[in-house]
Amino acid sequence: MQPVSHKTVNQVAGPLIFVDKVENAAYGEMVEITNAMGERVRGQVLDSRAGLAIVQVFGSTMGLNVGQTSVRFLGETARISVSDEMLGRVFDGLGNPRDKGPTIVSKQKVEIVGSAMNPYSREEPSEFIQTSISTIDGMNTLVRGQKLPIFSGSGLPHNALAAQIARQAKVLSASESFSVVFAAMGITSEEANYFIRQFEETGALERTVLFLNLSSDPSMERILTPRLALTTAEFLAYERETHVLVILTDMTNYCEALREISAARDEVPGRRGFPGYTYTDLSTLYERAGKIKGRKGSITQIPILTMPADDKTHPIPDLTGYITEGQVYVSRDLDRAGIYPPIDVLESLSRLMNQGIGKGRTREDHRGLADQLYACYAQGKDNRALSAIVGEEALSETDRKFLKVAERFEKMFVKQGINEDRSIEQTLDLGWEVIAPLADSEIKRIKPEMIEKYRHRATVTPTR
Amino acid sequence: MSNGVVYRVTGPVVAAKGLEGAKMFDVVRVGELGLVGEVIRLQGDTATLQIYEDTTGLRPGEKVVNTGQALSVELGPGLLTSIYDGIQRPLNVLREQSGDFISRGLVIPALDEKKKWDFKTLKKAGDKVVPGEILGTVQETPLISHKIMVPPGVSGELKELKAGSFTIREKVGTIKTAEGDVPVFLATKWRVRIPRPLTRKLPPDTPLLTGQRVFDTFFPLAKGGTAAIPGPFGSGKTVSQQQLAKWSDASIIVYVGCGERGNEMTEVLATFPELEDPRSKRPLMERTILVANTSNMPVAAREASIYTGITIAEYYRDMGYDVALMADSTSRWAEALREISGRLEEMPGEEGYPAYLGRRLAEFYERAGRAVVLGPGEKTGSVSVVGAVSPPGGDFSEPVSQNTLRVTRVFWALDASLAARRHFPSINWLNSYSLYTEDLRNWYVANIGKDWPGFRSEALEILQKEAELQDIVQLVGYDALPESEKGTMDVAKMIREDYLQQSAYDPVDTYSSIRKQYLMIKTILDFGHMEAEALKTGATATQVAAFPVKSKISKIKWTPEDQVEAFIKEVEGDMAQQFAGLRQEIKVQQ
Repeated sequence: MQPVSHKTVNQVAGPLIFVDKVENAAYGEMVEITNAMGERVRGQVLDSRAGLAIVQVFGSTMGLNVGQTSVRFLGETARISVSDEMLGRVFDGLGNPRDKGPTIVSKQKVEIVGSAMNPYSREEPSEFIQTSISTIDGMNTLVRGQKLPIFSGSGLPHNALAAQIARQAKVLSASESFSVVFAAMGITSEEANYFIRQFEETGALERTVLFLNLSSDPSMERILTPRLALTTAEFLAYERETHVLVILTDMTNYCEALREISAARDEVPGRRGFPGYTYTDLSTLYERAGKIKGRKGSITQIPILTMPADDKTHPIPDLTGYITEGQVYVSRDLDRAGIYPPIDVLESLSRLMNQGIGKGRTREDHRGLADQLYACYAQGKDNRALSAIVGEEALSETDRKFLKVAERFEKMFVKQGINEDRSIEQTLDLGWEVIAPLADSEIKRIKPEMIEKYRHRATVTPTR
Repeated sequence: MSNGVVYRVTGPVVAAKGLEGAKMFDVVRVGELGLVGEVIRLQGDTATLQIYEDTTGLRPGEKVVNTGQALSVELGPGLLTSIYDGIQRPLNVLREQSGDFISRGLVIPALDEKKKWDFKTLKKAGDKVVPGEILGTVQETPLISHKIMVPPGVSGELKELKAGSFTIREKVGTIKTAEGDVPVFLATKWRVRIPRPLTRKLPPDTPLLTGQRVFDTFFPLAKGGTAAIPGPFGSGKTVSQQQLAKWSDASIIVYVGCGERGNEMTEVLATFPELEDPRSKRPLMERTILVANTSNMPVAAREASIYTGITIAEYYRDMGYDVALMADSTSRWAEALREISGRLEEMPGEEGYPAYLGRRLAEFYERAGRAVVLGPGEKTGSVSVVGAVSPPGGDFSEPVSQNTLRVTRVFWALDASLAARRHFPSINWLNSYSLYTEDLRNWYVANIGKDWPGFRSEALEILQKEAELQDIVQLVGYDALPESEKGTMDVAKMIREDYLQQSAYDPVDTYSSIRKQYLMIKTILDFGHMEAEALKTGATATQVAAFPVKSKISKIKWTPEDQVEAFIKEVEGDMAQQFAGLRQEIKVQQ
């Protein structure tokens, strides 16, 4: 369809403009808006009826007016040109180059709203990814094709953690190509620079594609940014047979942009003002992680979100947790205690862990050992709370033992250096060392033959 | 019936004009792509439609075609082992036609139209037949014989009926009715929003055994009953649902993945064909039907998916089977209702959910039940429904949980703090309940043992007592407890760790027969009695805690079914011996 221009804007309200006398704009169609000064912004049709189109503007509505603003309907839905040239490049939140490089020209223009993957085509994720972080590898194992968010709070080292994962992540036994797609939504330029520097230092930048929407950029762009990133990731994964790690940060800002549009449209708000379709909307991002039968590449997602007031029941972490396959929980208490990475394993979970561990993948004692460490740590933390009230002397001997194990767990297992690269073997041996104070009969989660085989192998000391 | 044009598009809701003669819930095909939708509101010449597919790119002015039919499912041989989307399109065929990503506007028959089925007749020409009467059978899978029934509302004289090999599109017979001849096919259609008729409902009297100790022993579900599993994320809802789907002793399982994760459906698809039914030793897939509408698939189809699932379940019930339907998760279904309602600009009820949420939930659960089905004789069948609920923030006071609890009779409360300490299944034994316990009492007494109801209440009492003692320990410390109460704490711990905890991933522990459950709980309670006795005569809890037999008791759960009886004998012997030793020791001291 030939692009058509309209000068019939009749209302500008927040991020929305109402264009009259438009007979048949497509739902989701992209538009180009030119104000009286000739400045251009892009937008997308949110509601189309005979005679009226409501357009969401990506960018500032400053300078738009009723009468002179011209709106051109482009006749296509949002698309992005994808090509191999994108690796090593930095784009803005709408996919325009942010570095000095040229615009991507490609014959391949792909719709950024991906169709749903047929559940029948999915392949069960089962390849262990070694992040070399004990609390993840040992306790909340990440596998290829998983979506595992980091739940964090403001001021916590989630960026360092995400960068460490991106640096160290590897699949044992594999030498296939690997790349990172990084989408920033509303983060500060300092944070963005931190990530770029991290990628540069490790030489990872050349296999990375960055989409940066900074806090100073228009918030509405944030609706598109993750979709551009995921579309690029799908291209790399399924057409270039690459294993792609997608980092999305910060999902809280994305959801707030969603809320802003919803409010502008006078929609009935759900919890905390977020629209009722937040779950569905988030799922169209998160569910784009996965593997497809018969194709080589994969998409693994690590979305990062900061929980407002560290509240896990806030709608953003809550809805995310219902879609993603677990979560890595960054704890303020551990951070205060000076433990890095401050991952609270009790609050964390990897739902796909069982598919990725065990004999032939990691080690046969992995499941039992992880369960044992969980149980000990939970028990130990309870006892710690108890001893704060009644004093350590009032605890039974066994309880004191668990207290000690919890202590060892935090100091030896959770804590590790920011550049410390622990292999899965080291992680598991360390786990055995943590529970060394326990008698065999107190180890209830591990099968006796495993205790027999692995208990006394623990001789490693963590490299610092 | 005239065709209309699109007037307005907002996400999954489309308004159309000119659809004269359209009825509520008529299925329509929208736009050039022919997207599937349904009429949900009529106002003057404007019809509001909910669309089961993504509407991106749809424009005002595109055509709308009314099929005049309500949303229906096709019921016949070939349902089992299938995996469907929310409106019964087979996902495997969809993949063949449109690749790894679901494209739009595809219409695919739900059942294989080419496959020949071997039809054996039970009736012959000249027989008088009534609705629900079985005309013949098709061996659908080695496990399940599919009964071909006279459709509801049809009765008369059988004019002809042919045995042999037929596809679902070939006529196998004719029934002469007062209104004219009705052809008989192996497959029929039924409108999903209308419950299939039955003769009368029956009270529940048999448990749906699940092989999961916490359910079967403490909070049993009856065949034809309803249960809710609410829990925050990460508390094990999905694993519990899958365990029920795998091991419950229903003949047919319908698993509805409603707005959940794609990888989870893949896991079901990957594991079910490999798993063996513990009774028949056949792959579990042969008795399973999956309906998968993952969270990123269109929201209106999510709304339809649980109706698709329950209609299929009712169809097998009508054949006389016990069917269990798992819906994971009804909260996502409710959110789909909310989303559509919001787009219709309806006045919202609580938390933005439509005012009719409670009614719709109640209507859905009411389709469960044990019943005398249509047809001659007293043939019975049942549909049990287990609905997962995902309360935001784990807060059970939200509308979906509350409305669900009002209509379901079993409440399995998942607890995040139990999950955090890896107590699985993380069912909280203090908050959960089953209102079927009394109804099922006679069954348990007759089939398991006279002492069973006593065991159950004794174990629950111990756990209750433990919770009270724990409060005291918080204040004064464990050592301040009297020995007898230390003993109670000890037994409670055994019940929790050695009985309630059950690993879904261990090949032996994943399923416990009811006989094994009986032996296990009996052994633990016996130990408790002996301990209490010993503590009375001056022994200390620390002495008992050191008994080697305790670690043996904790291993009963890993013991295979065929070795359990012998192993328990051994444990009992050890127990008797070790307590006797202790008595001896105390006597010497005194």
